Amino acid sequence: MSAPEPWDVDALVDDPVTRILVCCGAGGVGKTTTAAALGLRAAERGRRAVVITVDPARRLAQSLGLESLDNTPRPVPLPEGAAGSLHAMMLDMKRTFDEVVEEHADPERARQILANPFYRTLSTSFSGTQEYMAMEKLGQLRQSGDWDLIVVDTPPSRSALDFLDAPKRLGRFLDGRLIRFLGAPASTGAFRLLGAGVGMVTSAIGRIVGAQLLNDLRAFVAAFETVFGGFQERAERTYRLLQAPGTAFVVVAVPDTDAMREAAYFVERLAADSMPLGGLVVNRAHPLPEGPAAALDAGRAVAAAESLERSGSHPLASAALRLHADRVRTRERENRLRDALLSAHPGVPVAEVAALPEDVHDLAGLRTIGAALAAAARGR
Amino acid sequence: MSEGEHGPRPPADARARLHIVTGKGGTGKTTAAAALARALAADGGRVLLVEVEGRQGLATLLGVPPLPYEEREMLSVPGGGTVCVLAADPEAALLEYLEMFYGMRRAGQALNRLGAVDFATTIAPGLRDVLLTGKATEAVRRRRGARRRSADAPATAPFHYDAVVMDAPPTGRIARFLNVNSEVAGLARVGPVRNHADRVMEVIRSAQTRVHFVSLLEEMPVQETREGIAELAGLGIPVGTVLVNMVRPPLLAEADLAAAASADGADTDALSAGLKEAGLEHPGELAAALAGEVRAHALRVGLERRMRAELEALGRPLLELPLLEGGVDRAALELLARRLSEQGVRR
Repeated sequence: MSAPEPWDVDALVDDPVTRILVCCGAGGVGKTTTAAALGLRAAERGRRAVVITVDPARRLAQSLGLESLDNTPRPVPLPEGAAGSLHAMMLDMKRTFDEVVEEHADPERARQILANPFYRTLSTSFSGTQEYMAMEKLGQLRQSGDWDLIVVDTPPSRSALDFLDAPKRLGRFLDGRLIRFLGAPASTGAFRLLGAGVGMVTSAIGRIVGAQLLNDLRAFVAAFETVFGGFQERAERTYRLLQAPGTAFVVVAVPDTDAMREAAYFVERLAADSMPLGGLVVNRAHPLPEGPAAALDAGRAVAAAESLERSGSHPLASAALRLHADRVRTRERENRLRDALLSAHPGVPVAEVAALPEDVHDLAGLRTIGAALAAAARGR
Repeated sequence: MSEGEHGPRPPADARARLHIVTGKGGTGKTTAAAALARALAADGGRVLLVEVEGRQGLATLLGVPPLPYEEREMLSVPGGGTVCVLAADPEAALLEYLEMFYGMRRAGQALNRLGAVDFATTIAPGLRDVLLTGKATEAVRRRRGARRRSADAPATAPFHYDAVVMDAPPTGRIARFLNVNSEVAGLARVGPVRNHADRVMEVIRSAQTRVHFVSLLEEMPVQETREGIAELAGLGIPVGTVLVNMVRPPLLAEADLAAAASADGADTDALSAGLKEAGLEHPGELAAALAGEVRAHALRVGLERRMRAELEALGRPLLELPLLEGGVDRAALELLARRLSEQGVRR
């Protein structure tokens, strides 16, 4: 299989047309770090960049030189003479949700909504709220015009689907038949269509969730009706924003079977939804050093190690050869996984980042990753 | 007197029948859960392995098509043991719950058409989670001879399953997932859901339950393990072992490791001489390249040791699973289960 198409990361982050980068992928693959590294790279090459993370890891804040992150973009101190600027924030989904409600409802109604127990659950634990609010925040930042590049780190979803589907799901839920059913007086003809008696259905709901929850829900629906139209509209606008030419999705993976399968799935899903794919980042790869080591295959390395072990001399060299054999096999496996993805999805640009011995702790570490991302285009 | 203060704890407490396996994404939680289930099924055990995230990770692991919502026998273990697998999804669990406890089959279907099931399972993870944990705790309590409710069979009948292993949500969400009681409390202060949650919580907090954390010898997974253990301990949920996954065997002697990790790096002259003796071409150039690989390895080993020390400091029994070249299949699962048995994991 021929080498993958190298991804020109710098061309993408330098292009003023690029306004939004969305990093997505399975959990634990380094999405947040990749997002931060891309933001830093763009900032140091002259963009006014902001990174939105959903990961509450303090380590990321520290690596950006900040004490902590909150729902407002904070400036990241860059070395003097940096060409651009970098801000970072961490999504607070409840705060963001409250803001949306406050913006769309009159003060009295907003107060009612914010105090409703049902709303409190919705805003803190609906399984799509985080994804929805990440998109909401993205829309706000985009509209503010304060940044010319927004890098979004997506929530660690149960499945890749959640991120794209959650906003719609929340919309569907809030606009759903059940909500209307519960909000409306129980005398409408809707019940007839259900094939079950009114009493049976209401008593079933009452028995499962309890009458108090039902009342909270009704109060919520009544109060929320007015803001709902705004929600639906915003969700659709954000969805279209993701399809716009200024957006690029960055699919992040590590070279193992699960993460690469998830990545392939994501690539398919983006294509199906007409979402523009920027490229695939393969983190924690194990490229071989150039020169004679790259040509020394696993079999020969093991044979050479065995011959040294028989003579009992040079334990360091035999250990190094076994280590190399392991590394070659690892590399072969990584290449197979990558090639499998590329043969199913030809032309996906790839940038590989070699495994680092330690996690990233500071700007220098993020800069190294940014440079590694950009190095793909210059060949190895 | 609290347990575990006198002498080392056995890795798998004999009283534990519900094993909840969590871990940071990418640590191999599903694989570890399956290996644990298999190890617990040794010597004729009957084990249920439950997956709750709808990812069909177990089907992928076992190389079979997506599994239905059904307890299906998937692995037979030498010695007469079996592992049944259940891919629990909240929708099916809700319909089953309605039928089982209220005999409401038609109403359940009507609710489903209304989108109520979508409601209960998506709107409030508290409701969603209580259905999933409820399914697992029901399997824990179920006795042989029971047809529907656990209460059908006499309390003296043996348990239907000797152990239940749950492939649970990742560490970041585990406390919220298991603390269904308070999750539901915000929504339902009284009523059947609340009662159900209380019953589930009782099992989760009991001596029958252990939550095991899968970690790698890397910084983020170790940090999340530490935070997760503290969080669960604070909620009074019993923590079990730390499963250290993907452990690599050491390849270098101590002195070489120390030298390679130092500023000088590995001894390239010695390396070059050895490569030359092995008959390899360009020994000098090759030695320089291999020295780089050796150094990266030595730094990694150093980090792994620091991480292991941090995990040991958590005061939980550590179990180790080796790194498997070429991914995990059924044969690999058997090997991992054997490793767990060798380390004392049994019913």
